[in-house]
Amino acid sequence: MVAMPSEPCQELTQSPRYNLDGDIIFSVAKDQHICAWYSHNGERLGTYHGHVGAIWTVDVDPTTTMIASGSADNTIRLWDVKSAKNLKTWEFPTAVKRVEFSEDGTKLLGVTEKRMGYLSNIVVFDINPDPAAEQTDERALTIVCDESKATVAGFSYLNRYIIAGHEDGSVSQYDAKTGELIDNIPIHELNQPIVDLQWNADRTYFITACKDKSAKLVAARDLTVLKTYPADTPLNSATITPKKDFVILGGGQAAMDVTRTSARQGKFEARFYHKIFEDEIGRVRGHFGPLNTVAADPTGKSYASGGEDGYVRVHHFDKGYFDFLYEVERERINRMS
Amino acid sequence: MAPTFEHLREADLDDDDYNEDEIDVSDLRERFEVQLEHGYDTFVVIDGLPKVTEDQKPKLVKFLLRKLNTVGTTREDLIYMPMGEDGKSLSFAFVEYSSAAEAAAATRQLDMVPLDKKHTLRVNKMTDIERYGREGRIDETYQPPKIDEFTQKEHLKWWLKDPSGRGRDQFVLFRGDNVGVFWNNEKDQPEGVVERPHWTETFVQWSPKGTYLTSVHAQGVQLWGGQSWSRQARFAHPYVNMVAFSPGEKYMVTWSNRPISIPDEGHPALSIDDDGKNYVIWEITTGTPLRSFANLDLAKPEEGRPPPKLQWPAFKWSADDKYVARLNPGQSISVYELPRMNLLDKTTVKIDGVVDFDWAPATVQRDGVKEYEQLICFWTPEIGSNPAKVGLMSIPSKEIVRSLNLFSVSDAKLHWQSEAAYLCVKVDRHSKSKKSQATTLEIFRVKEKGVPVEVVDTIKDTVINFAWEPRGARFAIISTTEPVGPTAVAPKTAVSFFCPEKTKGTTTGNFKHLRTLDKKNSNAIYWAPRGRFVVIATVHNQQSSDLDFFDLDFEGEKPESDKDLTANLQLMNTADHYGVTDVEWDPSGRFVATWASVWKHTMENGYHIYDFRGEALREEPVDKFKQFSWRPRPATLLTKEEQKQIRKNLREYSRTFDQEDADRGASADLAVVEARRHLLNEWYEWRENMEAELAEERERAGLPKDPHTHLLEAKTKTLQVADQEQVVEEIVEDVLEETEEVVVG
Repeated sequence: MVAMPSEPCQELTQSPRYNLDGDIIFSVAKDQHICAWYSHNGERLGTYHGHVGAIWTVDVDPTTTMIASGSADNTIRLWDVKSAKNLKTWEFPTAVKRVEFSEDGTKLLGVTEKRMGYLSNIVVFDINPDPAAEQTDERALTIVCDESKATVAGFSYLNRYIIAGHEDGSVSQYDAKTGELIDNIPIHELNQPIVDLQWNADRTYFITACKDKSAKLVAARDLTVLKTYPADTPLNSATITPKKDFVILGGGQAAMDVTRTSARQGKFEARFYHKIFEDEIGRVRGHFGPLNTVAADPTGKSYASGGEDGYVRVHHFDKGYFDFLYEVERERINRMS
Repeated sequence: MAPTFEHLREADLDDDDYNEDEIDVSDLRERFEVQLEHGYDTFVVIDGLPKVTEDQKPKLVKFLLRKLNTVGTTREDLIYMPMGEDGKSLSFAFVEYSSAAEAAAATRQLDMVPLDKKHTLRVNKMTDIERYGREGRIDETYQPPKIDEFTQKEHLKWWLKDPSGRGRDQFVLFRGDNVGVFWNNEKDQPEGVVERPHWTETFVQWSPKGTYLTSVHAQGVQLWGGQSWSRQARFAHPYVNMVAFSPGEKYMVTWSNRPISIPDEGHPALSIDDDGKNYVIWEITTGTPLRSFANLDLAKPEEGRPPPKLQWPAFKWSADDKYVARLNPGQSISVYELPRMNLLDKTTVKIDGVVDFDWAPATVQRDGVKEYEQLICFWTPEIGSNPAKVGLMSIPSKEIVRSLNLFSVSDAKLHWQSEAAYLCVKVDRHSKSKKSQATTLEIFRVKEKGVPVEVVDTIKDTVINFAWEPRGARFAIISTTEPVGPTAVAPKTAVSFFCPEKTKGTTTGNFKHLRTLDKKNSNAIYWAPRGRFVVIATVHNQQSSDLDFFDLDFEGEKPESDKDLTANLQLMNTADHYGVTDVEWDPSGRFVATWASVWKHTMENGYHIYDFRGEALREEPVDKFKQFSWRPRPATLLTKEEQKQIRKNLREYSRTFDQEDADRGASADLAVVEARRHLLNEWYEWRENMEAELAEERERAGLPKDPHTHLLEAKTKTLQVADQEQVVEEIVEDVLEETEEVVVG
């Protein structure tokens, strides 16, 4: 286990994100800079300065060449990973709550906040993967969410769809080329916001985390709910682990709702569920506040969680984790071999 | 409304003075004139009087007045007795009472009362005679009442024969707006029996023998039962707050803090006599109200003291449903006979200063007493130079069969043992200076000749809780050094157990202290319904929530010091249920349910089920969890011999049951495995389809199979052109060594 404290800072909320190789973790907090860390020992590789507001979101392209970040300073910034140079800044009328690259790194999506008379937008930019190249100012696409504000969004496989999660507990499927709304399905409790949406490796399905105390596994193709993971606390994040058929859920009672300051009471644990059987199989403690983000290492060796306590905790899986199988799974493996 | 500036209208400001008298309002007056009461409500008509002459009349009136004034006030000149043409009275009279309520009381209490051997009074309200007595108001030909065809009622005790043959118990869960009844399946998911949204508005309650489930609504109370959970009875008491059943489920009392108000168009169950009342006593099988009562006027509290709490239950039932009694604090106890609900011997039992009373929970056979009796115990505080007193009264004779004088009493609590064999009076005493407190336990041995009283230990601390072992002679107390007050942290408590000494004969020995466990937080005692096991719990406590499971007949080694005592105490297990608010044993004494109700706090609501040894079987967090309640069972129908027989052959039975449990476990596991296998296959099938479709589409789009490999390859090439960077290689080994946390499967 590796814990990385953030800089001493009033507002501590941490959101980590792995690169594709699983060796670097980028984290953002409300303290206006992005940090890059080695995932194996928690050593800090560097920081990215430039934002002038709390940073809500960060994503890294598939080759770990560039990262994008969205901030309360109403900008999306693109950075060169190696030189920490701010390559591009796009400005918006409101804060940016979410950014995400497409699987091939050629598109970048941002979700803007609904505020001051502006509706929440999903914006898309074409990205030139060469860090030396000039990036475009032009939006490739703008989707206006006039029904219910979008809270999270991402590109599906083949950059075919944009899937968005909304404040009213529904998910939408848009055509990623035209921005046309194809479908909108209420999958969570009405008016309980979906606060996280993370993909599996090939981006054919995703997991949503919702304040209604549940996470759901949904197919990108037709938005069918494949699995449901009930928890006993409002969730902030959910992720799908590669290599093993698990999902990790993180959440916890918000500080203002907790009357007793105990880790036990707040349910500040990362919860592991079996992805297929929907059973809870274990919990990992450690945080002193609600978990804001859980992220799975794309290589399947570890996971990271960011908490309101200001820590990013990286947990490396041990042998027991990899050996753990249900009887029927072992049976299937034996049959296949 | 008085005219104010805001209410002045334009019209009012105009000083057009036209003559109001000129306007014809007769049509409006006709429509809107308030119908003044005719005032006949206070009149009754008394029939069945002897015929008297003018001379005899005053004598009869005087005689009559004596009766009439028992229920209200009237005077000679308010009685009008019309005379016939033959100079004799017409054998009826009009009487005016001072209020309508008195007139109503007269019709209720004086009707059918014999005046002398030949004459019986018939009393009717004047308004009723107006209503029904006029010609044409009532059909002259007799119409037989329609009697509904007999329909077989559902079997109300069906649940005692558990369809699975396992003798499971049921419980009701109330969470959110849903009420559901379940079979307890120990470790497994409880099996649903019935589930209804909005079944009740405030709470649910089982009747004492488990026959009915009570739901409470603004309109009144409803009882549900039978296999289809159909409505068995309805008791329309508007805005009812509380319900209490008689122990035999024959009667019920409902209470509302709002006095009943009978609308003009009438009420389906209650009559105008019930107007203004708070309590209604009902007969359950017929659904009819027997009598209603108003709240007692509570004495004004002294300055600075909190108002006295409403006592509930206010009406207490005797063990056999024959009597119900209510305390009039400081004055008397009113005992009513059921089902007529008349005051026993037509008078209350006057006991100066009486603070509290309680019925014996069982019909006791006292030594040497042959007559039928029910026992009431009560206590009175020190009044002037008279000592405080605890009394044991026999009903219906109202004879005090035992009394005990006590001094320096600040408070007393009455605790009956479940079979009424013992009564413990917990007496809080103060020293002469009133500075220090102490508690004594005075135990009445009710079944022994002359009801001897034994004093057990003077306890220096304040005893905050006391509980008898049901069907036993042992008890537990919880005491604390500091008085319980509104402190932030509850003081530490001590739990003590007492039991009788061993004796040679069948009599119970002296009560002796067995063990004290101190530095606890415990504040509640829950005995198993058949005794022997007890849970000592800490409830309603922010800091701790321990549950200690004790066995008082531990079958292991007994300490030498306890060899003369009839108990062997052993702590079996300790559990912790954070935020626990309530604890309840199932009626069989096999399981204990503990729950944290949202009524008390909103943290970690839900319930746990333990077995009697304190082994946790289920933990179920439920949002907005309100109430858990085991369905009670009626007393067993087996004779003592039959029960003995079963106990003797217990091993035999256990073997079959154990086998059944094992078989069921195995088949349940099989079903789970099968379901998982199905899920797994379904998932992989979906994935294979999806992957095939994706591969096909990538190929069609002319994209490489994996979106990332070629990107990374391209990147690697550019890096090789540039200087060499090596960071990654060392990492792997480090990773494995740094591993610390274990994910438990």
